[in-house]
Amino acid sequence: MAARFLWASRAASHLRISVAQRGFASVVLKDLKYADSHEWVKIDGNKATFGITDHAQDHLGDVVYVELPDLGRSVSQGESFGAVESVKATSDINSPVSGKVVEVNEVLTESPGLVNTSPYEEGWIIKVELSDAGEVEKLMDSDKYSKFCEEEDAKH
Amino acid sequence: MSVNRVKNLGLPLMNLVKLRGTPILQQLLLEERLLRSSSDNWCIVNDGTNLLTLSWVCLGTVIVDENTLFVSLICNRNDVPDVQPYPRSVMAWSGSLYSEVFNGIADFQLRENDYVFGDRKFGGNAQSITRNRWIHHTSFLWDYSVSNMAYLKLPSRVPQYRLERDHTDFVCKMKDYIERSVFIEKTIKAVGTQFMLKELSLDEIDDSCREHVETTRLLTLDELKETTTRSESIAQAV
Repeated sequence: MAARFLWASRAASHLRISVAQRGFASVVLKDLKYADSHEWVKIDGNKATFGITDHAQDHLGDVVYVELPDLGRSVSQGESFGAVESVKATSDINSPVSGKVVEVNEVLTESPGLVNTSPYEEGWIIKVELSDAGEVEKLMDSDKYSKFCEEEDAKH
Repeated sequence: MSVNRVKNLGLPLMNLVKLRGTPILQQLLLEERLLRSSSDNWCIVNDGTNLLTLSWVCLGTVIVDENTLFVSLICNRNDVPDVQPYPRSVMAWSGSLYSEVFNGIADFQLRENDYVFGDRKFGGNAQSITRNRWIHHTSFLWDYSVSNMAYLKLPSRVPQYRLERDHTDFVCKMKDYIERSVFIEKTIKAVGTQFMLKELSLDEIDDSCREHVETTRLLTLDELKETTTRSESIAQAV
């Protein structure tokens, strides 16, 4: 757990954002927005970077393949745009906001495990040009997402 | 409350489709369509398969031949609220379901991601998880030819409990443990403790699904080579 928090602190420092201290739970970074399907979004002007959260990667297990979308493809909030393959399962990745894909993380093709080891940094999945900045308001902030994860885990 | 829920019994509805000798590719295409384009729960039992011109195909460490039994469960997340839409949670649920089926019959357990009797695998699993639904697909190794098994190489990713055993020491034949008809009957009964089952024929399915874009297909040999380095659960034609 100490190692995970150290990793989170380094990631946060690099990204110049603060870390929500959640004790023994999965890492949630402040200043990101979160979807209830466990994707994170970092907004930078009219561009957004997505990935899956630490909670998601922990529950999925070792990621062995990431299916990336084509450049230029449109993505819609809440709809699937790709998938992560872990042992015995393929899980959809859902777009937290709508837009056009302008960059994909090709490194994941050779190193899919980055989604596990660095879900908020090197494990980013795609970048999009936003088509509706207002959609970000529908997403959760770090506090709400932390609580959401705790409630989900408590139910099972 | 789910629209599939039968109010007086409190159990969600599940459509039961019993196939016999349906080609595996046709079954997988059907399952993809039902997962993506239907909002119902489904249990698909394929009693044996037709491999057309092939004598067998390989699904990871499980040799599929005309005797292989397939059971797939497609569920709405809300109709199985105790199950999180993640692989381990789905498998824990399916493992407990099959524990009922094999209760009193051999030492059944879910071991890592496999169904085993003791420490021998007899069922291979794969899952696909979407936002609100998931499918758990199992191929049950009814019987196999030792000579066909020799074609299999050791996968690059193996479960820890395998302990470097070769295929013949790692797998076992389900027919040595349970009668075929008994297995099917007990599986349907176990599913029926959690869902209100309604049997449908293939013809009745067509009208209940909207159109979708198929992504399931046979892999080319090059694609096969690429995927064998990343996953055990793949479909190939040889």
